[in-house]
Amino acid sequence: MIALNVNGKSYQVDVSGDTPLLWVLRDHLGLTGTKYGCGVAVCGACTVHVDGEQARACITPVSSVGGKQVTTIEGLSAQGDHPVQKAWIEVDVPQCGYCQSGQIMAAAALLAKNPNPGDADIDTAMSGMLCRCGTYQRIRKAIRRAADMAKGA
Amino acid sequence: MSIEPANPGRRQFLKSSAVLGGSLVIAFYLPRTMKFAMAAEDPAKTYPPNAFIRIGEDETVTILINKSEMGQGVYTSLAMLVADELEADWSKVRVEAAPVAPVYNHTVWNIQATGGSTSVATSWEQLRKVGAAGRTLLIQAAADTWKVKPDSCRAENGYVIHTPTRRRLSYGALSAKAAELPMPARVKLKEPKQFKLIGKPTRRLDTPAKTNGTAQFGMDVQLPGLLTALIARPPVFGAKVKSFDAAKSKAVAGVVDVVQVPSGIAVVAKDFWSAKKGRDALEIVWDRGANADLSSAKLREDFARLARMSGLPAKERGDATGILAKIAKPFSAEYEVPYLAHAPMEPLNCTVDLREDRCEIWTGTQFQTADRNRAAAIAGLKPEQVELHTTFLGGGFGRRGNPQSDFVSEAVHVAKAVKKPVKVVWTREDDIKGGYYRPAFHDRLTAGLDVKGRLVAWTHTIVGQSIAIGTPFEGAMVRDGVDVSSVEGAADLPYAIPNIRVDLHSPKLDIPVLWWRSVGHSHTAFVVESFIDEVAHAVGKDPYRLRYELLTKHPRHRGVLELAAKKAGWGSTLAKGRGRGIAVHSSFGSYVAQVAEVSVEDGQPRVHRVVCVIDCGQVVNPDTIAAQMESGIVWALSAALYGEITLNKGEVEQSNFTDYPILRIDEMPAVEVHIVPSREPPSGVGEPGVPPLAPAVANALFAATGKRIRSLPLSRHDLKTA
Repeated sequence: MIALNVNGKSYQVDVSGDTPLLWVLRDHLGLTGTKYGCGVAVCGACTVHVDGEQARACITPVSSVGGKQVTTIEGLSAQGDHPVQKAWIEVDVPQCGYCQSGQIMAAAALLAKNPNPGDADIDTAMSGMLCRCGTYQRIRKAIRRAADMAKGA
Repeated sequence: MSIEPANPGRRQFLKSSAVLGGSLVIAFYLPRTMKFAMAAEDPAKTYPPNAFIRIGEDETVTILINKSEMGQGVYTSLAMLVADELEADWSKVRVEAAPVAPVYNHTVWNIQATGGSTSVATSWEQLRKVGAAGRTLLIQAAADTWKVKPDSCRAENGYVIHTPTRRRLSYGALSAKAAELPMPARVKLKEPKQFKLIGKPTRRLDTPAKTNGTAQFGMDVQLPGLLTALIARPPVFGAKVKSFDAAKSKAVAGVVDVVQVPSGIAVVAKDFWSAKKGRDALEIVWDRGANADLSSAKLREDFARLARMSGLPAKERGDATGILAKIAKPFSAEYEVPYLAHAPMEPLNCTVDLREDRCEIWTGTQFQTADRNRAAAIAGLKPEQVELHTTFLGGGFGRRGNPQSDFVSEAVHVAKAVKKPVKVVWTREDDIKGGYYRPAFHDRLTAGLDVKGRLVAWTHTIVGQSIAIGTPFEGAMVRDGVDVSSVEGAADLPYAIPNIRVDLHSPKLDIPVLWWRSVGHSHTAFVVESFIDEVAHAVGKDPYRLRYELLTKHPRHRGVLELAAKKAGWGSTLAKGRGRGIAVHSSFGSYVAQVAEVSVEDGQPRVHRVVCVIDCGQVVNPDTIAAQMESGIVWALSAALYGEITLNKGEVEQSNFTDYPILRIDEMPAVEVHIVPSREPPSGVGEPGVPPLAPAVANALFAATGKRIRSLPLSRHDLKTA
């Protein structure tokens, strides 16, 4: 059994330690907001926070997060009202929506470190996050909007 | 898909209302109008399984959407059509995916399906009539209650109001009574000036669920005891399993079973990771079959050879061949585009719970009727015994609408073998290698100019696999041997050239091919709009000007072209090293022009800005139109820069986003979208933004560097100038 803490809750799961966190979240904890897109950490759909740092759940062995706090899209905010989520709704970012949990988690991690990112900061921080629908222009706009919201604008 | 809507809405009528759970339910269907190659059952026998509108006593208006939401915004735009006419309170509107039933069939194709950028165009009259019927019934119910004439009442924002006395009753209060009334024989639709939602930027109804992790995609379906299966599919198209040894696979913890199905060997496990490890441990000996030596290099040679021979005529006007034979120096060029994968962000998947007398399926599909019927045939059930639940689609782009029902069929086969609920999941590698690509094409064009430099003859030979021949869509899409989707955008060349010949070779190969966002236009626009640019430069004319002059009979082409040029500052000075290119193309009933601004960095193209103008008739949700233009541009730019599926020794050489890259945010150009106001009926939006992008970029690169690129992807070319 492997112990882990996700969104403030403790869990024990019966999986081998090499199982990626992604599949523990999805198949064992029923937290399906975190998505599988590539399995090799190049698309970002599986992005979660581990002790506040963004991590690619598809290549993170569950054994490596034992004593750490994992946060998924379901735990980013209690009511889906994190500034990034609010900005995403205001700007109407998602299309198919499949990559957006990862985009939002990456954007939230960016803003936690850099509350006032410039365009180049946004592009650099988000360049590993693929969106096949091409919502990039709105992602840029929504991140700037979320930064303003967090400052109370 | 490329089937044009034939006067959608003309033959539609309202059927009846029915009571379901004490709420008003309005159903609507049309008689069979189009003989489709696919079996469609008699609507009367299954009517009414459900309908389009449910109004609850709690004032909630639930609109059932009969099209698949794959990002294009139909859950919002179609709901707007109903809600506007219904005079619903938009804040009370909810949407639900419709089940599979004839009442939900596509109004032109007569199957339940989403594609061809047809959803709004073919629902425009139908769903407004549904809404208007609801409004009429609710007004009647209120009038009956008050014992007044219906025409002294009006509907407004979820209420019926008796105008003289200002009495009002809510839709929730009237719903049960309205449901008892007979359907009105005819309904009055709003005048455009009365629209309250249609034409206004409206936020998507599905956005909140897509920002908090609750939106359910097929991949997210969970059932008690659900197993996960991965399938080892042939490494070469058409290869067969000679033998396999499952011992090591079955030894993997969590693996429940290993079964052979028609598409390969399925490893069934308690979860994805066990199934993946189990599949990695499988030992399979393949009979690699007839395609074991297939290579892209060889195919390109074969296609090039065919392109020098005349094919089946797709368009003949005047005597292009004869005139070209007499012209001293006809101007020729050859173009190539590769096979392309759709690679939707959500890899394919399908969940099946197969029981003795029924089957439930959960999947993100664009092709409900076909998938359900195929599933029934495999399961040995009647179609009515199969219940298919449409989830959100994590991208479709055509890949989830397969006449072969590939990802649904194999999941039913696995469920049948293991007799337990199972979700078949494709890995990204399975997706990239698994076929159903946009076909590769080789095109040869020749233009003839008269002594005054006027374009008098044009021939275009197209070589590429047909996506329709050999499928149930052959009857609808193939005319005299010509797959119309192979030549769309080329055979209907809008330029005023007196002599045109377009012909086609459709080599038969075992590489699975399919419609890919914008279908034939994805290749013909690149070819035609690049070649016309070449002609312009050859005769020393401005590429915008030449197009404009040759579009004498096409005012809507001209309209978007002119506005795009204006908004982009066509002709104005650019920074050193930058170039501007233009293209215009009509597809799916809409007209799009784009101007791209590019430069070259380290020998590679960099697109800085794209100005996009669309004329798609009556605007329903302008915000969705802008989003779809942005989306189409990114989609097309990914393909133009990087997209390429190649074969070597029969195997697909690409496997994941590492070697099948798509555009990243740091490569995203500034996109500006302008919509031409129009009262023409609404036309397509999901696909028409794609075709003009590649030629606009290639033309801009020519302007910037003097290098004409005639094959995609662009990243294969070194654009370094000296």
